[in-house]
Amino acid sequence: MSTPVASTAISPRPDRGGPMQPLLNVEGLRKHFRLKRGLLGGGGAVVRAVDDISFSVSKGHTLGIVGESGCGKSTTARLLMHLIEPDAGTVVFDGDPVGGPRGVSLRELRRQMQMVFQDSYASLNPRAQIADIIAFPARIHGLGARDARDRAAGLLEQVGLRPGQFARRYPHELSGGQRQRVNIARALVLSPRLLILDEAVSALDKSVEAQVLNLLADLKQQLSLSYIFISHDLNVVRHVSDRVLVMYLGQVVESGDTRSIFRTPRHPYTRALLSAVPTTDPERRTAVAPLTGDPPNPINPPDGCRFHTRCAFAEAVCRKLMPRMASADSGAGDHLVACHMANAGSGHSQAGSAGGMSA
Amino acid sequence: MITADDTQTAVSVDNLAVRFVTRERTLYAVNGVSFSLRQGEVLGVLGESGSGKSVTLKAMLRLLPGSAEISGAVRVGGDEIIGLPENAMERLRGSRISMIFQEPMTAFDPVFTIGEQIAETIVRHEGTSWRQAQRRALELLERVQIPSARQRLGNYPHEMSGGMRQRAMIALALACRPMVLLADEPTTALDVTVQMQVLLLLRELQREMGMAVIFVTHDIGVAFEISDRLAVMYAGRIVETGPAVEIARNAAHPYTRGLLRSTLKQRDEGERLKAIPGAPPVLSSAPIGCSFEPRCDEAMPVCASSLPTSDTVGSGHQVRCFRFGCAPSQAVSTSTNPGNCLG
Repeated sequence: MSTPVASTAISPRPDRGGPMQPLLNVEGLRKHFRLKRGLLGGGGAVVRAVDDISFSVSKGHTLGIVGESGCGKSTTARLLMHLIEPDAGTVVFDGDPVGGPRGVSLRELRRQMQMVFQDSYASLNPRAQIADIIAFPARIHGLGARDARDRAAGLLEQVGLRPGQFARRYPHELSGGQRQRVNIARALVLSPRLLILDEAVSALDKSVEAQVLNLLADLKQQLSLSYIFISHDLNVVRHVSDRVLVMYLGQVVESGDTRSIFRTPRHPYTRALLSAVPTTDPERRTAVAPLTGDPPNPINPPDGCRFHTRCAFAEAVCRKLMPRMASADSGAGDHLVACHMANAGSGHSQAGSAGGMSA
Repeated sequence: MITADDTQTAVSVDNLAVRFVTRERTLYAVNGVSFSLRQGEVLGVLGESGSGKSVTLKAMLRLLPGSAEISGAVRVGGDEIIGLPENAMERLRGSRISMIFQEPMTAFDPVFTIGEQIAETIVRHEGTSWRQAQRRALELLERVQIPSARQRLGNYPHEMSGGMRQRAMIALALACRPMVLLADEPTTALDVTVQMQVLLLLRELQREMGMAVIFVTHDIGVAFEISDRLAVMYAGRIVETGPAVEIARNAAHPYTRGLLRSTLKQRDEGERLKAIPGAPPVLSSAPIGCSFEPRCDEAMPVCASSLPTSDTVGSGHQVRCFRFGCAPSQAVSTSTNPGNCLG
C-alpha cells in the first residue's frame, strides 16, 4: 500500500477462521415485499424478491451473481449490507453471526463489507471534493482529519488517480471511469475484506470497463480482498469470477465454479442465458432466440419450478413441485442445480438420463 | 465515397458536421461523417459515449435542439433533408424514414393507448380511415409477435413489460413501411434473452420489408449480430468502415483493434485485459489531428498535427489512420512499422 494505515481505527481486521472458513456464509436469506392494497380492496400481493437463498464466499475469491432484471440479485446485495432488513436468514461473517446480541454489529459489518453501485455519479455527494468524499467514512470511524486525508490521498494513488490532480475536484469534473475509481477508493477506506460490486462496471464504456476490471483485479491481490460481483454481463462475470450463482425470480437455480457453469451448464435457464450472449463472429450469428417472452413478474411467481413457464422441457412435475438444489453430478461435487431433470427420482421423463439435457 | 447517383441508394450522408453552440462553450460532436447505404442494407454504427453516433442519427431526422449547428448533406431516397422546411420534414418522419430508441417511452405518449398511437400515425401519413388504420395497427402488433395483440391495442405504454414496449415501438416505427429505419441502441436496456428476441425480430422485418437500417450500438456483439457493414466512430468521425466480417477478421484502425481486444472472450478467463489507456476526448475544439492519437500506442508525430484521410485497405474496407496512408498493398503489411510514404 502506498500509505501506511495511520491508525488502528481503520487498520485491516485480522483473519479469524483461517483460509478454509468461508468469509461469508448466507443461509436461507429471504425478503418479501408486500404491496399496498388497491383501491378496490384487491392487491395485497407479495413480491418474492429474494426467496430462501443460500451461498458462501471463500476468502480471496470472487462470487459472480447473474440473472435478468427482477431476479433479486441487487436486493440480495442490499440485504447483505443491511440497507434493507431481511425477513429471514442467517449471515455469518468469518465465523461470526451478523446481528443479534453476541454477533457482529452492523457498524462492524459495514467496516468489513462495502459496496460499489452502478451509478457512479448518484453515489457521490456533488458538493463535496473528492478527497473529502473518500476520507468521510474514516472520519466517522474515528480517524483524525489529517490521517483521514493522508489515507484518502494514498487511496487515490492506489486507484490510479493522481492526488495532486484530483483531490480537490468535484464529482462532476470527472469522467464516469474516474468517478467509479473514486467510489472504489471510498469503499476501501475502512480496509474492508469483502466488496460487493453491484453492476459496478456496467455503465462504463468498453475501453474504460477493461481498465476498471484490471484495477479491481490488482486491488484484490494487493489487499487480499474477496468480491461479490453482480452483473447482467455474462462475459464480464466469466472473466472475473471463481464461482457463479445463477438467479431466477428470487431463487438460485444453479451454482458452481465458473468453468463448470460456463462449460457444462445444467439448468435450462442457465443454458438459455449463455446462448443469448451476442456473437463474437459475424459469420456465426444467433439463429434462434433461446427463450421467448420476458422474465415473469416476481409478484406472485409461478408455482412449482419458477422457470417452467418459459422452459422447453417443462412437464407436469415442474408445474407442481419446486425443485431443490442438488449436486449436478459433474464430479466436482460443488456444482449444484435446481432442476427436476437433474434428479433421477423426480418423475421427469428426462430425469437422470445423461444425454437428457445435452444440447 | 458517395454513390448518390446509384438508384439503389437509400441514404447518403456527405460530410455531416454537428456543433452544439451555447454561450459557455462549443461542442464539436460530429466532425465530417460520410457514408451511403443501399436499399436493404444494415449498417451498424459502433462507438462509445460521446463518439457522435446518436447525434448523427438525430441529425438525420432533424431531431436535434436549436443549439445544434448542422452542415453537410443528408439525402434520403433523393430528398435533401438538411434545410428542408419543417412541415415537409414532418411528412418524411415516420413515413419514409423512421426511428426507434433505447427507451420506448421516448416514442410513446403516456396518455394514449398503443393502438391509438399506431393508428394515428397511419391516418396522418396515409389518410386512411380510422377503422382501416386500427386494423393495420392490429396486424402490426401481431407482426412484431406481441401475444394477445387485440387486447394489447387497448393498453397504455406503462401497462406493458420492457420487451413488449420495445416491440410495440417497432410496430409504431414500421407502421408506414419506411424505406429507412434509424435504430438508436434499441436493445441496450433489455435483458440478454429479450435483447436476442428483439434483434432477431428486427433482422426478420428488415429482410421482409427490404429496409435500409442504421443501427447504432456500443456493443460489438450486438453490431455483429445485426450488421452487414460496420462503421466505427470515434470523436465524431468514422475511423473505420467495412463489411462486418472484414472488421471482425482484419480490423485495421488501432482503436477498432483495441475495442476488439478489450471485448471479453472465452480465452480471457482470469487473464489480464488489454485495455485502451485513457478516456475519449472532450470535443471542445475542432480536432486538428487524429483524435485517438493521445491513447494510441502506435502514434507517430504526424498524427497529432494533421487529419488522416480515409484510405482503402480492402474490399469496401476503409480506414482513417496514417499507418495506412499510402499504397494499400504496402499499408496492410506495415501496420507495425511507421509508414514513410506520407510526404
